[in-house]
Amino acid sequence: MSLSALFVIIMIGAVATYILGRSRSLALADNLGGIRHLHSLPMYYGAQAALWCLIPCLTLLALWTAFDDSIIRQIIIQYLPVQQQNLTAQDISLLLNTIENIASGVTSLDADPATMAVAERVANLRTLSSTILTVIVLCSLVLLGGWGWSKVAPEFRARNSVERTFMVFLLVCSTLAIFTTVGIVFSVIFESIRFFDSVPVTNFLFGTQWSPQTAIRVGQVGGSGSFGAIPLFTGTLLISVIAMIIAVPTGLMTAIYLSEYANNKVRAVVKPLLEILAGIPTVVYGFFAALTVAPMIKDALNGLELSILSFSLGPLEVSGESALAAGLVMGVMIIPFVSSLSDDVINAVPQSLRDGSLGLGSTRSETVKKVVLPAALPGIAGAILLAVSRAIGETMIVVMAVGTAARLTANPLESVTTVTVQMTTLLIGDHEFDSPKTLAAFALGLVLFVITLCLNFFALRIVKKYREQYD
Amino acid sequence: MIDKKLSTIDLVNKNLKKRYRAERRFQAYGILSICFGLTCLIFLFTDIIGKGTRGFFYHYMPIEIHLDAEVLGITDTNNFDQILAADYTSLVKAKVYEIFEARSRSEKKNARELIAIDATGYKIQDLLKTQAASLLGTTIKINASVDDKFDFYLKRLGERGGKGKEYFNDEQLLLIDELLVKQDTIVKKLNIAFFTSGDSAQSEEAGILSAFVGSIYLLLVTLCLSFPIGIATAVYLEEYAPKNKWTDLIEININNLAAVPSIIFGLLGLAIFLSFFGMPRSTPLVGGFVLTLMTLPTIIISSRAAIKAVPPSIREAAYGIGASKMQVTIHHVIPLAMPGMLTGTIIGLAQALGESAPLLMIGMAAFIPDVPTSVSDPSTVLPMQIFQWFRNADAGFREKASAAILVLILLLVTMNALAVWARSRLERRW
Repeated sequence: MSLSALFVIIMIGAVATYILGRSRSLALADNLGGIRHLHSLPMYYGAQAALWCLIPCLTLLALWTAFDDSIIRQIIIQYLPVQQQNLTAQDISLLLNTIENIASGVTSLDADPATMAVAERVANLRTLSSTILTVIVLCSLVLLGGWGWSKVAPEFRARNSVERTFMVFLLVCSTLAIFTTVGIVFSVIFESIRFFDSVPVTNFLFGTQWSPQTAIRVGQVGGSGSFGAIPLFTGTLLISVIAMIIAVPTGLMTAIYLSEYANNKVRAVVKPLLEILAGIPTVVYGFFAALTVAPMIKDALNGLELSILSFSLGPLEVSGESALAAGLVMGVMIIPFVSSLSDDVINAVPQSLRDGSLGLGSTRSETVKKVVLPAALPGIAGAILLAVSRAIGETMIVVMAVGTAARLTANPLESVTTVTVQMTTLLIGDHEFDSPKTLAAFALGLVLFVITLCLNFFALRIVKKYREQYD
Repeated sequence: MIDKKLSTIDLVNKNLKKRYRAERRFQAYGILSICFGLTCLIFLFTDIIGKGTRGFFYHYMPIEIHLDAEVLGITDTNNFDQILAADYTSLVKAKVYEIFEARSRSEKKNARELIAIDATGYKIQDLLKTQAASLLGTTIKINASVDDKFDFYLKRLGERGGKGKEYFNDEQLLLIDELLVKQDTIVKKLNIAFFTSGDSAQSEEAGILSAFVGSIYLLLVTLCLSFPIGIATAVYLEEYAPKNKWTDLIEININNLAAVPSIIFGLLGLAIFLSFFGMPRSTPLVGGFVLTLMTLPTIIISSRAAIKAVPPSIREAAYGIGASKMQVTIHHVIPLAMPGMLTGTIIGLAQALGESAPLLMIGMAAFIPDVPTSVSDPSTVLPMQIFQWFRNADAGFREKASAAILVLILLLVTMNALAVWARSRLERRW
């Protein structure tokens, strides 16, 4: 029976148990003379019975589906012909994939009879597994439901029991955040460690040559590739700096104007309008950067003679994938982020400080510059750090508007590449999970995660501390 | 001698002009910043709308074509393989040569490049697949889309410095002029197929239906997981959690996850869901899992704010008449906080709808022409479809991408409007 059908059956079973448990408690109460003789309301008895059959059945279903494939794999490796058992781990997994595809009828490739036989066995094992699962689930559903139903008794503390389960459910849900972080850390660290087995950490962090494309085939000349990530870091930095040059002054001045000068009407119109910029999907920004802004910059600057102190540098060469276009668009994207965060911080500065300053005869701009901003500075710094972390981790804009050639340059008109661009180019397409090429993406991910984590952690602490200061 | 020693008020007056100028300058900076932001917004939208609306239209040439069973080599109308294998391209080519009166090699080539031959061939094939018996041997009318470069050129004809001329040679430009002079040879129409068909290798045929359905499945999975989990977490943290290290740890984690770059969640999906658990690649199911983890912080943070806003007096009143903690939470706190929670969820889902980077990592940027029928079918989503079309250097695909962007933005605007409406209409002020 299919997974979804089993799930539906379990749900129906749970509902049936609920109804049966509830009616049994009502019947018991009738014998005693009203439901006030029960410890809990009838619905709690029903709910408790339903939970008793729901939780074990769902757990069983989840565990079974999570692990049956890998168990079947273990079993069929024994049935492979001897010469195939001695293949490398990678080839075996490839072979197993073919076998599984044949078994599920995805491909009808002409394979040798031995493989076909194994594939047939896989198909048989799968049918067997699903039959066993169906039988076990149905049996336990009936047995547990019956047991839960029989436990219904007037003195049974059903409400307390249900509430405890509810509380545990809430607790489990809230720990998901921790598991996510742990999952992220594990997934990047394990692969990174494997990557650093083949490429030394120092070469990765301080090397200036990035050309992973040579590592496609094993045994190829120069097959090790070179994984010096410095050009990626500088590229990311360059684009983030351009974005910050746009976003920080604009965002900050917007926030100041909106909170200090603008009346409520202007605020109510301008703020949501600017927030729209934050809601536009990044893929749209990337499209815009690559097909509108980049050609515009190219047309505007190409052939423009740049002369400094009568020393001509010749015509400007502007790449179609310049860092400038991506940085500009990214900056525009981050404006609302900076402005709304600094707006919060500026609004948290107590009015009494402003009144004091204005009372001494300073103008509004002087109040802002000399009183409000210094008071809000830590919070604004936190906001800017958060914006930087967002710029560093931004992916789609750079993937679409920036090239993949790693170049060590500070010229914003040249094409550079970033950490996120390399991560996607290394991982899109066919994965060969063990090559240094794919593992390098995880190492880059580790660097990105650590940097953004530090930035976020400090930024959040600063912002939080600052908020408490004036509360 | 007295006026040499300036009094304070004179000092103030002396500098006053300068200070007022500084004040005005400062204010001007603020206005400039806002104007810059708004200009960017307007520029972005006019650009997107200008490019996108073109993608909804297409040019075609109504042609009459005789479906000769012999030419096609179909002997048995019930034989599906024969219908699939028949050579429709040659049939269409022959018709196109006839229309353009092309005889020499170069003339034929010129004519061929103006009409989407392959796409028209597929159209005929689709027709024959269902009603071969009745159509074979008859003459049918069919709308042959023009080639995407020709389409590109036609759409920009009226504009200043109309682009696209460089795609054609002089003879072709003459042919085009002849075509345009005649009435009804080339018709411009709303491209309904864009909404009713999936992706295709031919830009003239490509549509967004498969990506749209994929997006819906993805959002469904995300909604089903993130809404209950998000609310449960928020309820736990606000109503149940004791003040201790463990709770602090949870809170720190949630706040940090809210700021982790989305591409990292893609790595998590790749390493944990795909490699470790062996879930199928490019499916809305895995995508939904990843996006659930990504949107949870948004939903949790706004749900907590909503729960906090429920006044304690309501809880106390419920406790006072003997309700248990769970009863207070389920009967009073959650219903009262629901509008705020819904708003947060809609905003989180809007974020998930537009998200692309993590989905790129789990292989959702794939060519998937078929409309998915379940959450475990390989599928693509709207942002990924836009990205796929963008990567195709073909002008026709780029135009489709901008049309798809318009659809995506329309969906997002609707969702956000819904959130604003929910906030203003349903939320209660205490």
